[in-house]
Amino acid sequence: MPFIPHTRDDVSAMLQSIGVSNVEELFSEIPSSIDRADLSAVPRGVTEMEMLRVLSERAKKDEVGPCFIGAGSYDHHIPAAVWDLASRGEFLTPYTPYQAEASQGTLQVLYEFQTMMSSLTAMDVANASVYDGGSGLAEAILMAVRCNRRNQSKKILICGAVNPFYIQAANTLVRGQGIELVQGDLSNGTYAIDLSEGEEVCAVVVQQPNFFGLLEDVDEICDWARTKNAMVVAVVNPMTLAVLKPPGEWGAEGADICSGDGQPLGVPMSSGGPSFGFLCTKLQHVRQLPGRIVGRTTDRAGSLGYTLTLQAREQHIRRAKATSNICTNQGLLVTAATIYMSIVGLRGLGNVASTCHSNTKYLVDKLCKSGLVKKTFVEPFFHECALDLSCDAQIVCDMLLRQEKILAGYALGRSFPEFQSSLLICATERRTQAEMDRFSETLLNACMSLARGQ
Amino acid sequence: MSDTPSELKYTKTHEWARLDDGTVVVGISDYAQDALGDVVFVELPVVGDDVKEGEEVAVVESVKAASDIYSPISGSISQVNELLDEQPELLNSDPYGEGWIFTISPTDSDDYEELLDSNGYDEFCSSEEHEN
Amino acid sequence: MDNNQTIFDISRPNRFAGAQIPEMGSLSDIPLHFLRDSSPCLPEVSEIQAIRHYTNLSHQNFAIDRNFYPLGSCTMKYNPRGAHRAANQPGFLNRHPLTSVETSQGVLQCLFELQEILTNVTGMDAVSLAPMAGAQGELAGLLMIRAYHESQGEAHRDEIIVPTAAHGTNPATATMSGYKVAETKVGADGDVDLEHLKQVVGPQTAGIMLTNPSTCAVFERQIVEISKLVHDAGGLLYYDGANLNAILGKVCPGDMGFDVLHLNLHKTFATPHGGGGPGAGPVAVNGRLVPFLPIPIVGQRNNQFEWFGSDEIPNSIGTMSAFMGNTGILIRALSYALMLGREGMIRVAEYATLNANYLAKELEKAGFKLAYPDRKATHEFLITLSDETAKFGIRAMDFAKRLLDFDIHAPTTYFPLLVPECFLIEPTETESKEQLDAFVHAMSTMRMEAQTNPRQLLDAPHHQYRKRLDEVKAARELDLTWQPKSKKTAQTK
Repeated sequence: MPFIPHTRDDVSAMLQSIGVSNVEELFSEIPSSIDRADLSAVPRGVTEMEMLRVLSERAKKDEVGPCFIGAGSYDHHIPAAVWDLASRGEFLTPYTPYQAEASQGTLQVLYEFQTMMSSLTAMDVANASVYDGGSGLAEAILMAVRCNRRNQSKKILICGAVNPFYIQAANTLVRGQGIELVQGDLSNGTYAIDLSEGEEVCAVVVQQPNFFGLLEDVDEICDWARTKNAMVVAVVNPMTLAVLKPPGEWGAEGADICSGDGQPLGVPMSSGGPSFGFLCTKLQHVRQLPGRIVGRTTDRAGSLGYTLTLQAREQHIRRAKATSNICTNQGLLVTAATIYMSIVGLRGLGNVASTCHSNTKYLVDKLCKSGLVKKTFVEPFFHECALDLSCDAQIVCDMLLRQEKILAGYALGRSFPEFQSSLLICATERRTQAEMDRFSETLLNACMSLARGQ
Repeated sequence: MSDTPSELKYTKTHEWARLDDGTVVVGISDYAQDALGDVVFVELPVVGDDVKEGEEVAVVESVKAASDIYSPISGSISQVNELLDEQPELLNSDPYGEGWIFTISPTDSDDYEELLDSNGYDEFCSSEEHEN
Repeated sequence: MDNNQTIFDISRPNRFAGAQIPEMGSLSDIPLHFLRDSSPCLPEVSEIQAIRHYTNLSHQNFAIDRNFYPLGSCTMKYNPRGAHRAANQPGFLNRHPLTSVETSQGVLQCLFELQEILTNVTGMDAVSLAPMAGAQGELAGLLMIRAYHESQGEAHRDEIIVPTAAHGTNPATATMSGYKVAETKVGADGDVDLEHLKQVVGPQTAGIMLTNPSTCAVFERQIVEISKLVHDAGGLLYYDGANLNAILGKVCPGDMGFDVLHLNLHKTFATPHGGGGPGAGPVAVNGRLVPFLPIPIVGQRNNQFEWFGSDEIPNSIGTMSAFMGNTGILIRALSYALMLGREGMIRVAEYATLNANYLAKELEKAGFKLAYPDRKATHEFLITLSDETAKFGIRAMDFAKRLLDFDIHAPTTYFPLLVPECFLIEPTETESKEQLDAFVHAMSTMRMEAQTNPRQLLDAPHHQYRKRLDEVKAARELDLTWQPKSKKTAQTK
């Protein structure tokens, strides 16, 4: 019996103690009019060895060559120690740290995480995670609506190229509350404000670097939003904040709320999940922040210790008036990210960021020098760049995958029909010069063969 | 037994009210602060807001609960106790004095007279306890 | 060494883990105003310092791998390591979410099979694996109920009914999806007060959210009547899958009349809780809600597994995450399901129920008071320590803290609120009789201490890394991020 320790003697002793003759009697309160389950679609059980054989075959099928796709999920190096530590049973298998005295490990990790994220974003506080970048944006928007007391608008302006997958998810998650997301003009690749004079918006959402990899003039957007009494929601890639100006320092007053996906911080791509979303804000909005928050306090003996705090915001206390319905978050991924940030450290994260930029720049320069492709948008970009291939980018992706097992990039036409010939590429610190050169060659060959009409 | 001063008026949602020179001062009862436990935060109303009787105007948070504060009468918020921003514990230590939460200029001062008196409130509290 | 240190206290300027630092790239082409002047507060430590720090912190946690965790409603069962290994294979871990379906047949097959298994065990018609946790599953469920009513021209239905004892997520989710909440009372026997429900149900009812077994840890015996009552009024039934472990393989929510439900795979399907996540909250629906399922879903076309999105499911409520939920957790759940198999899955509810009933009976024999002594325990049960509170002044929280000294994690305390000084106890099927007996022994010992030496409980825990923490101070004097000592002193008034 998998995972059940009972011996036959145990079962009979237990039944005897209860005073029933068989297990079925314990279910006597289930009305007999309800059919008993029929599990005919569940296969017969197998051993761990057999299960692993089947799943290894499947995993092997999905292995491919070097990855040049970004678009919200990035192929970074993860130090060996990160998941060795995060997979320790003491981090992997506890519950949410409601019993603080029995959870100081997880609680301190979360406090350290809050510190690192607040500092990276230059905001005052961070929560202990939400599900991912998409749900993070949704929670940031809901929070902005609760926080903005200067106008009553429920309209959110998406300024420039914000990750379309985040916007889709956020649309699902906030629609029930009558909130409307309005996409600004995208033709230049960066923001363009096309709001009619006098129109109110509750908040402006801006992503840095944006979905096309471009750097937005975030200072100007922030300052403009202030004149409209709108909150500023920043969407950021935390890895880039080792070198890019953090949201807390954008414009004269900084962004109000900052969200994003923590996958670049030591979390494998794993088909997009589990990863984690993060939310940071200014201290004045902390009571509108959803999710768990850890605070440092003292115990009865006067020693420093940690506990969940501000719980009156949360569903288990506030019920229908809670800031969010979230309870389970992405704790284990946060543990991994905290360990990742400690091991690569201040210098390491900065070098990861700068190398991602210089690798992508090397690749883009090399490709553009050929004259066959050109940048879709004007610079500056950070570690992703859209290239106009003058042919259907999806077909090029398929060719590279079939012929060379290379993940060529994200064909922008899949999300933006107006950019059918554009390919969004990314070269992280993991990409070697040999990989980049081979990629460049095969990509250009594919473009040429398509141009010849093959 | 909790303290219920007889010169005050009360609501079934555990606010007290005191008519003071035309305005009504509002706080929470001793019974309510005891049930909530250590208060850690008070979200104050906004001065100048017009409120209706029974409308949620403030929130009192303890570690284990959050409780809405309802306006006992209709009117406009005239003052809030900003001391509570720094010292929310005043609600526990002095609920009828320094722990007042806000004052309200009533639309109709007769409304005040219709609130529960201390005997009525005590009776209400003990009946509520029996129900639990 | 001072074990109060944070990683920042250990940090020293210009120290780093040399093997982990890639070469510095050039940023010279990026205009200066985009770059950061300030230096973020990130640790500067060696690799071994980091490893030691986090290994030592791990020692300060209770965990399933170390302790019995009878945490009611949370289903803290063993998390098979085999499932962890299965999900951690390079082909799965390194898969970019936007890879084409051609090179994703392995993972898609896994997800497809999991959909099939979950459809079967819930007795529903279709499953979407998209929601990332139970609460997101609830939201998906209510958004589908809303979409259904709108499609029927019944958009005026604006109320969701929840029992007073429901999990806090239920009313919170109703609010998030734009619904009003109507509460229905729970009767003295733990079942819904049917007469009260009749008064609450009406033309405004969009649906009702129920957990069965209920949050009072008993099987809702009137479920068929409730289903008829709500359906006759035009509402739908939502099943909160938090307690599915109690009936897994026995009866199906679909056969009780539920229209939509979520499963907590991190409970029923044994994926690790990770100190607060990740979970996964797939939703299962019957026929009338299939058109509204969240996307993506894995389908089959031309002998190939494919993503079905808005083209195939045009009336879907949409996506719930950037990509495909918590795929890595879904693979773990499938691995668990494959090892259990049909016969193993039936045993889940049976042994979970056997363990709970045995533990309830043994505690009752030891003098503890069951909240619903006339009812059968389900996979969990409630005791009330109100007698101990009255007699000895020892509250449920004191018992909970003292239990930690016996290396047992506290049960769920003070939930549901309508039972005073309660413990909600869920042993799960993976615990041995010896472990259950040890729990009874610990409880009896504590009861003795309550009479003879109450300080043992009032001052507990005694043998953990910290004594009881000051939660009032934590909330009043917010300290949410570490600051260098110099800065902290400067801030003190």
